[in-house]
Amino acid sequence: MLSLDLLPHSLTLATVLIILLKVVVIFVLGLVGTMLMVWFERKVISGMQNRIGPNKAGPWGLLQTLADGVKLFFKEDLIPDKSDRFVFKMAPFLAFVPAFLVWSVIPLGGDFSGGRDGSFSMFGHRTWMQLADPPIGILLVLALSSIAVYGVMLAGWSSGSKYPLLGSVRASAQMISYEAALGLSLAAVILVSGTLSTHGIVLGQSSVSRWSVIATGLLPFIVFMIAATAELNRPPFDLVEAESELVSGFNTEYSSIRFALFYLAEFMNTITMSGIIVTLFFGGPQPVRFDIGSLHVDPNLHLGVLSGTVWFLLKLLVFLYIYVWLRATLPRLRYDQLMNLGWKLLIPVALWWFIVLAALRIGDERTPRWNKGVVLAIGAAVFIAGATLLVVANGVARRNREREGAMF
Amino acid sequence: MVASSINVAQNVGFYLIAAVMVGAAISVVSNRNVVHAALSLVLVMAGAAAQYLLLAAEFVAVTQVLVYIGAVMVLFLFGVMLTRAKLGRDGDLNNRNWGLGIPVAVLMLGVISWAVLDGWKDATLPADRGPVSTKAVSDSIFQPYLLPFWALSFVLLIAAIGAIVLARKD
Repeated sequence: MLSLDLLPHSLTLATVLIILLKVVVIFVLGLVGTMLMVWFERKVISGMQNRIGPNKAGPWGLLQTLADGVKLFFKEDLIPDKSDRFVFKMAPFLAFVPAFLVWSVIPLGGDFSGGRDGSFSMFGHRTWMQLADPPIGILLVLALSSIAVYGVMLAGWSSGSKYPLLGSVRASAQMISYEAALGLSLAAVILVSGTLSTHGIVLGQSSVSRWSVIATGLLPFIVFMIAATAELNRPPFDLVEAESELVSGFNTEYSSIRFALFYLAEFMNTITMSGIIVTLFFGGPQPVRFDIGSLHVDPNLHLGVLSGTVWFLLKLLVFLYIYVWLRATLPRLRYDQLMNLGWKLLIPVALWWFIVLAALRIGDERTPRWNKGVVLAIGAAVFIAGATLLVVANGVARRNREREGAMF
Repeated sequence: MVASSINVAQNVGFYLIAAVMVGAAISVVSNRNVVHAALSLVLVMAGAAAQYLLLAAEFVAVTQVLVYIGAVMVLFLFGVMLTRAKLGRDGDLNNRNWGLGIPVAVLMLGVISWAVLDGWKDATLPADRGPVSTKAVSDSIFQPYLLPFWALSFVLLIAAIGAIVLARKD
């Protein structure tokens, strides 16, 4: 993607400088953000559990993560005797690098107030506050998240030990299953926005009523949120590292800096996934602008380029808090519940809603417009028929299994 | 072809990636460790995605990563991990008829090269072409090739249902 932006005829010192600057800023912000996220999560959870949490290193314990990082650096780097050394060393990077690369397509700021397009001037070039805006932007996120599966899977396999292997088999099954639901709910957003570019998706959501979360009818957002939590292996879907069953899951045999990379990737993925949710469904760096009937609210922070970043961070914080909240509140699902939720509920519902949205869109383009009520009624009938079939099929399958003596 | 019409950087990139792909492909069939062989196959597919990028076909490249690296190979490795998870070398990886494979592979190479060379002849891509838009890709699939696409989807659907029927008794 980058190489295409750097075609020789457009290659000047300014473009190289802009890209280098953006890379450095995103890299530093990504690391600092992850550090703060670890602190934020520990602090909020301890608040919810009536504890104090980290409070010794730095003010309010802010430097606790840094201290932990330094500690991990100086620990002994163990490589188990029975491990596959090359793959064992490679796995942490396969988990860490995709987590970082997702940042490159998330719009992080820019001035969107009053209908502006968020571009700004830098070294005499108009540019946006995102590293790259490839035309296939959001697909890149999906591709990277599917590469991240390799990190978890290979880490477990190469450790040459039972618990990590079980953890990684669970993880890959879970991530593959929920990727489908993730993709289907994302397709609904693409259908409504009509573009794959992340910047284009943000531009289309200029006011609250045009945010994808409302434009796609809330359902894709709910499916995406659940699937994203499962994709991140965060509670209540953290069977991958169910401590009571698998010690620590796929990273049991890892120590020192290699473990730190997994740990960082996990928290960075939480931030990037929240960033993607904000970008897809909540207008990214767009201000919270109401334009319903006589109600006009168009907040302007008067911060120029940075105002978009402030909006983005505010929205991001909401989702980071929700993730921590979920972790502190919900108990872990059982494995069969996890698979049932993914395959028998999320994927059918996301697929059904996607078809309804497509039908509504086709109806709008026909010259005598289709009656929306009729389309929705047919959609509801299809839903009831499909759901009945699914429930009946499940019942038959369960009875057959019980006859053969299975426990669940 | 005239020398000036050749994009040097693109050609250097092509041959570098092609060399990596060939090396990885040899490793797929010669490696004694199943997982390492599968990882080499991932490298081959990543190389193909990189070649698509060089041809400014971003959508195809990302789809290649999504489908082949993200789904097919992950499922493949998943199967390997479930069935034979042991580390280290496997003695029985070679098929006894491997000698037969060589002429078949050479024949395939010949047929594909002939088809490509005959189909495109001396056609060259315009040098300053930007990325192909997703709309153009979808238009070319869903207009002239809609029927084959449907047929293919039905074949896949039948295969999936068949696999479920075979694998599950309930």
